[in-house]
Amino acid sequence: MSITLNGKAYKLPEDVSTVQQLLEHLELSKRIVIVEVNKEIVQKDQYDHPIRERDQVEMIHFVGGG
Amino acid sequence: MNSRYSRQELFKLIGEKGQKKICQAHVLIIGAGALGSASAEMLVRAGVGKLTIVDRDILDWSNLQRQQLYTEKDVIDQLPKAVAAKKRLYEINSTVDIETIVADVTAENAEELVSGKTLIVDATDNIETRLLMNDASRKLGIPFFMGAVVASYGLTYPIGLGELPCLHCLLDTLPPQTLTCDTAGVISPIIQVVAAHQVANVFKYLVGEEVDSKLKSFDLWTGEQAAIDVTPLRRSDCPSCSKDASYPFLSKESQTRTAVLCGRDTVQLTLPPDREVELRQFAEAIHPIVTGLICNMHLVACNFNGHRIVLFRDGRMLIHGTKDVVKAKMIASKLMG
Ligand SMILES: [Zn+2]
Repeated sequence: MSITLNGKAYKLPEDVSTVQQLLEHLELSKRIVIVEVNKEIVQKDQYDHPIRERDQVEMIHFVGGG
Repeated sequence: MNSRYSRQELFKLIGEKGQKKICQAHVLIIGAGALGSASAEMLVRAGVGKLTIVDRDILDWSNLQRQQLYTEKDVIDQLPKAVAAKKRLYEINSTVDIETIVADVTAENAEELVSGKTLIVDATDNIETRLLMNDASRKLGIPFFMGAVVASYGLTYPIGLGELPCLHCLLDTLPPQTLTCDTAGVISPIIQVVAAHQVANVFKYLVGEEVDSKLKSFDLWTGEQAAIDVTPLRRSDCPSCSKDASYPFLSKESQTRTAVLCGRDTVQLTLPPDREVELRQFAEAIHPIVTGLICNMHLVACNFNGHRIVLFRDGRMLIHGTKDVVKAKMIASKLMG
């Protein structure tokens, strides 16, 4: 499945079909991340939210440096 | 028209009127590392009236790759960053009143630092200080222009404008481990991007234009970018920005506590009670930059910059080889963010 992730085309492995699985795939599941799918924010308790072909996903994770 | 600020005044959206407002501003920059150097230089060139810079660190060779205000001589002279910054900034624009404070930002001095400022620019290197400044910003009603970087990635978000969520609304828990420039490295161009977004927003705020209020991220290596309208994440019961806010990070209990262990050359840090400790994740993050790494169910131990460091599951960290609590906190920030 192909999605747009942070403005760029991104091919998902077959076993990734929810926000939670995508976070794990990107190794972001233990970080603090703000997630948006098709311009709608996905709250933390809704990470079973499905990801579908051509979805526009934005993910911003917090980092510490300065 | 060749006066110092002519090109900025010719820019119609600032103009002479906007320049006057910039000249009246008193900006506080928290941190004089890479982001702090970059935004301080832009703000001083732009002619802010007064700039206060707070930093606890002294210069090191590893700073020169990206911290644009500093020279080899400053490192050799072992200058505190804030002192070296003032020296360079005065050379750039001697008409700006520059105040430097060599200190650790803590729950004890945060409100005093923020009080009376027009706005705050974030250039700190750790999440705990950001949450502390977020609380001070919300309590005193002074906007806080957040920015953070690591590797080729950075993010910005302005706090305290309109009905937008604060940093505490966005991070309901303290992350066990954030990536830091000391564990994951950093390239200098991302500093410029993040500082540029922060300072452009500062100009807009100062001249009374609408500030770009989205949470934004940039990765200069992959080309990824994101901009999220985080309005729905405002929490009506947020302890830091709701009507009944208690500003928890301004209380001593929520801060990392420090103690010098008697008779030993060791500082003990106790992480805030709500900060989760993930020993495995910590060990993985520090693995590339430490030696003698041990990770078991109870603790992570390692050697870093000549110090033996031990983190226990209960959130205590021992830093051997120093009695200096500020230095010990800096080491913890470098490793944990
Ligand atoms: Zn809040």
